[in-house]
Amino acid sequence: MSGLDATQQASRPGLLRRLAARLRARASAGAGLGFAPRLTLLLLLGPVAAGLIGTALPAFGYLPALGGEGFTLAPWRAFLEAPGVSRAIVISFTTGVLASAVSLAIVVLFCAAWHGTRVFSALQRLLSPLLSLPHATVAFGLAFLIAPSGWLMRLVSPWATGLERPPDLIVVNDPAGLALVAGLVVKEVPFLLLMTLAALGQAEAAERRTVARSLGYGPMTAWLKGVLPVVYPQVRLPVFAVLAFSMSVVDVALILGPSTPPTLAVQLVKWFHDPDLARRFVASAGAVVQLGLVVAAIALWWLVERAVARLGRLWIVSGRRGRGDLWLRLLAAGTVVLSFGSALFGLLGMAVWSLAGFWRYPDALPGSWTLANWARHADEIATPAVNTLTIGLAAAAVAAVLAVACLEHEAQSGRRAGARALWLLYLPLLIPQIAFLFGAQVLLVTLRLDGWWLAVAWSHLVFVLPYVFLSLSDPYRSWDDRYARSARCLGASWWRMFWRVKLPMLLRPILIAAAVGFAVSAGLYLPTLFAGAGRTPTLLTEAISLSAGGDRRIIGIYAILQLVTPFIAFALALITPAFVYRHRRGMQVTR
Amino acid sequence: MKRLFAFAAAALVVATGANAHASDWSDTLAEAEGQTVYWNAWGGDDRINAYIDWTAERVEERHGVEVVHVKLGDTAEAVSRVLAEKQAGREEGGSVDLIWINGENFAAMKRQNLLHGPWVEDLPNFAYVDVDGKPTTTVDFTVPTDGLEAPWGMAQMVFMYETANVQDPPGSMHDLLAWAKANPGRFTYPQPPDFLGTTFLKQALIELTPDGSVLQKPVEEADFEAASAPLWPYLDELHPVMWRSGRVFPQNGPGQRRLLADNEIDFAVSFHPAEASGAIADGELPPTIRTFVLDGGTIGNTHFVAIPYNASSKAGAKVLANFLMSPEAQARKQDPEHWGDFTVLDVAELPPEAKQRFAAIDYGVATLTPEELGQPLLEPHPSWMERIELEWARRYAAGQ
Repeated sequence: MSGLDATQQASRPGLLRRLAARLRARASAGAGLGFAPRLTLLLLLGPVAAGLIGTALPAFGYLPALGGEGFTLAPWRAFLEAPGVSRAIVISFTTGVLASAVSLAIVVLFCAAWHGTRVFSALQRLLSPLLSLPHATVAFGLAFLIAPSGWLMRLVSPWATGLERPPDLIVVNDPAGLALVAGLVVKEVPFLLLMTLAALGQAEAAERRTVARSLGYGPMTAWLKGVLPVVYPQVRLPVFAVLAFSMSVVDVALILGPSTPPTLAVQLVKWFHDPDLARRFVASAGAVVQLGLVVAAIALWWLVERAVARLGRLWIVSGRRGRGDLWLRLLAAGTVVLSFGSALFGLLGMAVWSLAGFWRYPDALPGSWTLANWARHADEIATPAVNTLTIGLAAAAVAAVLAVACLEHEAQSGRRAGARALWLLYLPLLIPQIAFLFGAQVLLVTLRLDGWWLAVAWSHLVFVLPYVFLSLSDPYRSWDDRYARSARCLGASWWRMFWRVKLPMLLRPILIAAAVGFAVSAGLYLPTLFAGAGRTPTLLTEAISLSAGGDRRIIGIYAILQLVTPFIAFALALITPAFVYRHRRGMQVTR
Repeated sequence: MKRLFAFAAAALVVATGANAHASDWSDTLAEAEGQTVYWNAWGGDDRINAYIDWTAERVEERHGVEVVHVKLGDTAEAVSRVLAEKQAGREEGGSVDLIWINGENFAAMKRQNLLHGPWVEDLPNFAYVDVDGKPTTTVDFTVPTDGLEAPWGMAQMVFMYETANVQDPPGSMHDLLAWAKANPGRFTYPQPPDFLGTTFLKQALIELTPDGSVLQKPVEEADFEAASAPLWPYLDELHPVMWRSGRVFPQNGPGQRRLLADNEIDFAVSFHPAEASGAIADGELPPTIRTFVLDGGTIGNTHFVAIPYNASSKAGAKVLANFLMSPEAQARKQDPEHWGDFTVLDVAELPPEAKQRFAAIDYGVATLTPEELGQPLLEPHPSWMERIELEWARRYAAGQ
């Protein structure tokens, strides 16, 4: 609402007067974007809320379409009696919490040890490509890298290990889920690092550290004591998103996780697709458990957070300078290099596979190289590639428009979205996907929209929008408003100012935010699976359907395509403004 | 090829003496033109996917029917989708037009009246199906097909093995156990409920159970505990000497094949007698792989395609099913270079040019002859599968 809040409005009776007030407000602000935040939240939270209800009702036996007319606890009994379910819950909890804790620890230690150094900026350059990779692609690469017959063993066998046959060791798909944790950490470290970087920009980190250093604190201690307490509250939501995601992820768990039993989320997807429809009630009960599990984990995290903060305060006031931290700094750099390296090396392995002829353990490289794999699968790649592109572009474009509208409304009304709005924005990322996607699917089936391209694009929008908004909000908010005022003073209407001044100047960050959205869309598995009804395969869903066994050469092809598509989006986001403004020196990127 | 089709149609007219059939079929062809068929078929094997793409192209160019392969991780996904549509009251305009199906999924759909038909005997090419010589083409896991699903291919379980590591392949389940004990960590099977893993369990059950005839009846009519009693001690003995000590399993057939290719294991279960030859030709398996069957025979069955009762493009689905049964498509399917799945047709009764297609197939180095394969053992009633899968999950996939 431009300049008018709801209570004020309600106190003035009369439609005409209200209309007049609204028009006046619009004239003063310019664009009448008051609808934008509400529309955004509706598009974002509507499906989530409907989906949650649609999942919760069947959990208590109510789903008339399947003959569940009354309320009963039978689904819960069946859920608790299902073989392996308690173990699945434990595995989901431990792997999710462990992956989040390890990722956060790596990022915090690395930032503490190296922020502001050349090492830091060197590794920072690898962030974007790693971020744009779908989780599943990283998991494929990692699985091949660390398996007992994988690339690492092939490189050192048999000349160093003496092993003509791969050792019979449980590495990938281990019952404890450690491989799953590793796969998640490799992907979450870049994400948390990016979020921390954004927070550091606002925290006067360098100044704080300098002060601490001048008081004699060691480099890491200075950061941990002087900067972390300011930065952590800003990365808390991203950390919770990582926690929720790690506990309920399906695609990575299918590739790297255990199967005897699988994690809860994987088991739920299997039940949702069971020909015995009664299982859907059981799966719904399980989805509610999954939601509770995530809520419990976030609560537990919050408690531990407080305990750590209390201990940390003691540590800070103890005044210990902690100067001998070289080994810890090396360890911090080592873990990040290891995590980045395994992602990139695994991807390289996939690229090699896509060009491989016959390649068997213990050969370090394929016996022969060929383009035949690509030629043979060119046809079947076309449809999923087109789906990936069109759905991703649509979701990213709509998200970018909505984000701009919201931010512009915010700029005009002068009121920044508060912490509560941020929580709402994060909500789709904090609620386990499985907990509302089934309900959303029931809704889509009832409306006969399932399998529609539009339904998939909308379901993607729910997850794309938060990321687009978050990556656009900083550059948008820091745009110098005096340009707008100058334009308006020169007599330009709001629209003219927006089109001719603001939009051109913000084109680059807007396109980059859209590219982020596209990359997110390209990596979405469950939304495509549930809303797509199998009719809109994307590169990712195709790759996952092959993951359990398909030829690594094809998985390699899909992995490369999944790397290339977001990369093209980012490249376009960088090249387009440079090309459009090639004749304007003031619009060149100077950094 | 057009000529062969004309010939087939003509032969049918002569054989049945009923013009009605032919005109019905031309009606179907006319109706099918321009339709899009969403064919829900397991999509986990790229060689099979390539074959499906080939059939889609042929049907489109000849009959103007567009075929979209909806790749499933598990056929049950399509069954549950049809069920969900029925429950939601979508009596027509369903999202699934054709399903690759057999066994428990067919039994479930038939039981719940989710299938269109009978329609199979109206297909011109059904005349070539070897209904007498291959009884499983009309009886699917002991359940009569009643014209609700069209036979598409014959499968028989074989073991692929690495000759570089195994000189003398085992002849029975007991021999296999002895071998595994002598060579720990080199044998595994796909994790049930994957159908290959379940087939392995059924094969073991047939050999171990005291009275095999009870398996042909629904499990409710038999004593499951008594019949399956010898199976579990056998697995309890086998698992500790298996790959990863039986704590991790490959998730499906191709997953197991990849382990064989990686030299992690020495055996892999297969349901296509020619799979090994094809994979060797593709560079997916080393040339040292061969196949064998157990002395007492192995399980065999037929797989089918069926049309859901609410399918949007029934005519198009029938045209596709008819093409899948044609000698041209069946011969290509039997060729290990493309798939290596044995035909449902009676090759001896085919017209000469069609017969020639089959004669020209090179079965590759690792494929057994029909004599070596022997008469396949009958599948147990599908209800056994569900019980075995459940019991297996309870014992081995519930975590300790």
